[in-house]
Amino acid sequence: MKVALFITCFNDTLFPGAGKAVVTLLQRLGCEVEFPLEQTCCGQMHVNSGYEHEASGLHDRFARVFADYDAVVSPSASCTAHVRERIESVGGKVFELTEFLIDQLGVVDVGASFPHRVTFHPTCHSLRLLNVGDRPLRLLREVRGIDLVELDGARECCGFGGTFAIKNADTSMAMLSDKVRHVLDTRAEVCTSADTSCLMHIGGALSRGRTGVRTMHIAEILAAQE
Amino acid sequence: MSFQSAAKVTLKDAQLRRNIGKATTLIREKRLRAVAEVPDWEPLRDAGEAIKAHTMATLPEQLEKLEAAVTAAGGVVHWARDGAEANAIVASIAKRVGTDEVIKVKSLATDEIEMNEALEAEGIHALETDLAELIVQLNPEDKQSHILVPAIHRNRAEIRTLFEQTIAQGQSLGNEASAIAEAARLHLRNKFLTVPMAVSGANFGIAETGTIGVVESEGNGRMCLTMPRVLVTLMGIEKVLPAWQDLEVFLQLLPRSSTAERMNPYTSLWTGVRPGDGPQEFHLILLDGGRTNVLADEVGRAALHCIRCSACLNVCPVYERVGGQAYESVYPGPIGAILTPQLNGLGSAPSLPWASSLCGACYEVCPVKIDIPSILIHLRGRVVREEKSRLTPEALAMKGMAAAFSTRRRYEAAQRLAKLGRGPIVKAALPGWTAMRDLPEPPKETFRDWWKREHGEG
Amino acid sequence: MSTAKADILARVRGALGPSPVVPEIPRTYRLAGTLVRDAAVVDLFCETVSEYKATVHRVAESALPDKVRAILGEGLRVGVPAGFRDLGLPVIEDRGLSVAELDELDAVVTGSALAIADTGTIVLVSGENSGRRALTLVPDHHVCLVAASSVVPSVPDAIAALGPDAPITLVSGPSATSDIELDRVEGVHGPRRLDVVVFG
Ligand code: SF4
Repeated sequence: MKVALFITCFNDTLFPGAGKAVVTLLQRLGCEVEFPLEQTCCGQMHVNSGYEHEASGLHDRFARVFADYDAVVSPSASCTAHVRERIESVGGKVFELTEFLIDQLGVVDVGASFPHRVTFHPTCHSLRLLNVGDRPLRLLREVRGIDLVELDGARECCGFGGTFAIKNADTSMAMLSDKVRHVLDTRAEVCTSADTSCLMHIGGALSRGRTGVRTMHIAEILAAQE
Repeated sequence: MSFQSAAKVTLKDAQLRRNIGKATTLIREKRLRAVAEVPDWEPLRDAGEAIKAHTMATLPEQLEKLEAAVTAAGGVVHWARDGAEANAIVASIAKRVGTDEVIKVKSLATDEIEMNEALEAEGIHALETDLAELIVQLNPEDKQSHILVPAIHRNRAEIRTLFEQTIAQGQSLGNEASAIAEAARLHLRNKFLTVPMAVSGANFGIAETGTIGVVESEGNGRMCLTMPRVLVTLMGIEKVLPAWQDLEVFLQLLPRSSTAERMNPYTSLWTGVRPGDGPQEFHLILLDGGRTNVLADEVGRAALHCIRCSACLNVCPVYERVGGQAYESVYPGPIGAILTPQLNGLGSAPSLPWASSLCGACYEVCPVKIDIPSILIHLRGRVVREEKSRLTPEALAMKGMAAAFSTRRRYEAAQRLAKLGRGPIVKAALPGWTAMRDLPEPPKETFRDWWKREHGEG
Repeated sequence: MSTAKADILARVRGALGPSPVVPEIPRTYRLAGTLVRDAAVVDLFCETVSEYKATVHRVAESALPDKVRAILGEGLRVGVPAGFRDLGLPVIEDRGLSVAELDELDAVVTGSALAIADTGTIVLVSGENSGRRALTLVPDHHVCLVAASSVVPSVPDAIAALGPDAPITLVSGPSATSDIELDRVEGVHGPRRLDVVVFG
């Protein structure tokens, strides 16, 4: 199957590892992956901050860039939800990675091995906008050697929320500190999720607190063959 | 004060956070159980949503039917464009009745129009009879912080101390919640049996029959609705429901969503005046008070569907941390963030639409399926367009980023700047972020640089 | 000067625009008559109502007076609606009792219009059987008689059987509050003791 990768501007610039892992994983599963270099940003941040007008050019651009592909895969649940809702012409064929693996490719065991203690934070947008349900967990459970521990208060927001994390920094931090406490309670080495934005937020506090807990995008674990 | 500044203050109150956290955690779990045992919960929500949308679209007809039915059943219907008109109507009725005291059932609409203060100015004391309202009213410094349980920010020990200093002076109430309830009972009993006039809100008004409904727990509602000679009910125009049958939907949705019970202890339904039973004089005041402004916004009008169950407050991670008072409005939490700026004008609360991380927990629980996150985003857009100068630093940053993302060449240039810690991407976010969180090490190579190296420019 | 009513209605019409979309109402939930009305429904009612800290008793109709006497004991001032069924004990009929007289009652015995199994709710409809509203409100102890044949499965069943002609009170357990730490505490302004006697 031939698929286009929608990496998102955020991952492209700050978390290339997540994108590389998606490429590795999809190729291993027999997909032909393309990366349309004309892609930039889907406009989510603009819309969610009240700058809908500024986003409309980005929406048009997105629709053009991905018009000719049969399937588009993204390592961001949040951006996938945005384009699915806002960009009618192509939104329907954009899939978040774990949706794509399970619903389109029909795989649960992706041949990964990752012998570490891991906890999973299901981001709000994967839960409530995309309704991915337990797909990420089903994939993680099949990873060889993984010690998957449940996160208390998993469904609760980590406090990122895009510009919310900056505009309402104090409230955001109060939410984050509870999330971090729950992560530490699991005594996991790695906290993973389907969005690097939330992971940057959680990871920022884990790092500031010198906790030694790493954050990894779920694609990086599913691609791993340690 | 902006939400950000108000939240800064309340976030420092560790006791408040513990009290609210404890109460909301408990009610969240209870709500899940109460909802899980209803196999047709989703169809009920769909019906609730549609009934409300249907009502809004036919509002003039519904209101006129309601007026006709109430009048036919012996009630008197008044219309009030704003709070001042409504308060004047209540005051004039009280004066005619000749009372300087009225008993009240908890009503957000009366809080919204500051009826107690307005009556006080006319020499009429409005006595709150709901336990939580009483708790707030007994402490002049205190303010409501929740639409269902206005004193949710107070724990049992604090309430006990307050009562021992006010209505139960010289007594020791002990640690049982029942002793607190008993103190309130004794304090109010005589008032219920003697005050000649009551003021209530309404959960529903049925256009078809003229029936008004009040949903409550303690029995203070029944007391106010039954014992006085004269009853005045203030109802926002959006509370009308077209048909008697609609009760079967809302009497299932509301209790399970609010106090997380199969049914609340008492629901009163009455139609006009019943000879020999209850008040022999009944007035219904239909209040606009900004509701038509909300109705004029096609996206935002769904905020009028709210049945004030408070489920969205109880699941909101922002509300749980900052408490209700940070919203500086009768309506806090997610519903407050969309309703207050619409009712009172965007300029009155321009920071409220940002008081959310858009996590969507509110929409998930709302019994009438109000898409609060989408309305928040819509209102952010309106604030940006209507209220803010086009040249704020934020607007410039957003424009800068939109420009940077508009072509591949500009985007790649901006990425190079970001790697050096400069340019539009970095400027927008950096300072607010790094005060409290580390930023990841910038990668040596962007994804696209890696791709180009591996696969060529394609 | 235009009236407030005219102004408000004009504003509503203006806000809605010339042709607002009026959605259909999907009633795909369990409507009245969906659920079977069998003996299990009465059992369920007894269970749900007892979860509210009401005391539930089940008796044959012939045993009703004995049961009521057993609940109330001797020497209490017991109110009943005017012309209420004979309970074999001294009662004070409510033929327009004053508030003070109501307040002096120790207990009240009334019937009910129907009951809802799903939610443990008793429905009082102002009239001969349930009495007027104040009668079941002022006394601190309410003994409510529920005919087993009047128990319906669901809220829609109850709403379909009711109408707007007389005031209605839905009672689900004794008076309670959730205002202290959002936990239900029984016993505020309404009757603090509720005995439900299901008969027949
Ligand atoms: S918005 Fe929905 S959840 Fe929130 S109080 Fe209103 S009805 Fe309840």
